[in-house]
Amino acid sequence: MPNPLYRQNVISISDLTTPQLELLLHTALDLKARPRSDLLAGRLIGSCFFEPSTRTRLSFETAVQRLGGKVIGFSDGASTSAKKGETLADTARIISSYTDAIIQRHPKDGAARVLAEFSSVPVINAGDGTNQHPSQTLLDLVTIYETQGTLSNLKIAMCGDLKYGRTVHSLAQALKRWHCEFAFVSPPSLAMPTYITEELDEAGCRYQVMSSLEEAIEWADILYMTRVQRERFDEQEFAKIQGKFNLHASMLGNAKDNLRILHPLPRVDEIHPDVDSTPYAYYFQQATNGVYARMAILSLILNEEV
Amino acid sequence: MEKKQYSVEAIESGTVIDHIPAGQGLAILRQFKLLHPGNAVTVGFNLPSRSHGSKDIIKISGIHLDEQASNRLALFAPEATVNVIEQFKVVEKRHLRLPDTISEVFRCPNPNCASHGEPVKSRFYVKSAGGQTKLKCHYCEKTYSREFVTEA
Ligand SMILES: [Zn+2]
Repeated sequence: MPNPLYRQNVISISDLTTPQLELLLHTALDLKARPRSDLLAGRLIGSCFFEPSTRTRLSFETAVQRLGGKVIGFSDGASTSAKKGETLADTARIISSYTDAIIQRHPKDGAARVLAEFSSVPVINAGDGTNQHPSQTLLDLVTIYETQGTLSNLKIAMCGDLKYGRTVHSLAQALKRWHCEFAFVSPPSLAMPTYITEELDEAGCRYQVMSSLEEAIEWADILYMTRVQRERFDEQEFAKIQGKFNLHASMLGNAKDNLRILHPLPRVDEIHPDVDSTPYAYYFQQATNGVYARMAILSLILNEEV
Repeated sequence: MEKKQYSVEAIESGTVIDHIPAGQGLAILRQFKLLHPGNAVTVGFNLPSRSHGSKDIIKISGIHLDEQASNRLALFAPEATVNVIEQFKVVEKRHLRLPDTISEVFRCPNPNCASHGEPVKSRFYVKSAGGQTKLKCHYCEKTYSREFVTEA
């Protein structure tokens, strides 16, 4: 029987069933433990980046090449025919006639789904506007599972810009399936949007707003840090919150042993470099896991069995 | 019997939208562009209703609602019934039901939605939560309250 992801698109975490997500997760960890260089042998993958995102692109292209596949594509939409007004529908028809799968990054919300409707090969969404970035969420899940041995009933603290942070939204939406509990630490103006908390309510997941990072550190199994951008505030406002959402090693005294700190990277000053050498820091391993998460996606959509 | 059923003038052929929640008749007339030259429209406001106390009613002569129009109507007045009239008689009585998805009728209000400018039909998933109807775009996955979504 083919695996349930064979020839499927990976557009949105919400399209994936829990067994599909668990299959992806375990495949990623298997590929990390036992590297395979043959799973994409003879395959050509289209890497279509209509806006630059060097880290995501390199992570995907590394995944393809580590599995023995080849990549064609572009890294910046400015040089493509889209600038001349070509539709995504036409781009899909053409690139899918050349390749075995398409990885797409695009500034418009929903671009991956439009592309998939006209593509004859599977489409992987590498970020569509402010909407979805499923491989990022998968790598977060892989990392949480790897560090905790489970995804169920964990205490997840999220800190920083929870209003605009696509990664924390998707992660909360994914983790609600495993009944995790959440704590949100953010400036009031950057609080978690209600449509996310409503979804947590519907799923029966508990959440709370915490006023200090120290409180969250004592409570959490996972601390997911994101950056509060100065541009979102005027000077006076920023002075009030400055430093409140920055993490230093000295704050970690009461952390549980199993606490791991994650961050989608790049970081600026929200995690001080003195945290890097503590046993809690896990953001660099998290970035490495991005390659394994993407290897899992590619292997499963292009092979009946892995 | 017939006369008792409608307290506004009977029509020979056309559509009677009945059981519109009182006060919504005017909004529906506007939303659905039901006013066409040549088609007589009769409206009744705050008529007595057995089930809801009072109701609005719209009669349009010479027009039959297609599926799209019925879907649209369901979104705004799911309790309404649509009666198809031929030769002064009700030949079909349709109860509206909120559709699971609605296509082609509305345009996604998100200006950054990839559905604009592509050869695709708009598509929304209809959800009702806490007495409110919400539409989630199939493409950009953003959710809008019904009032926010406009005609395509
Ligand atoms: Zn949309």
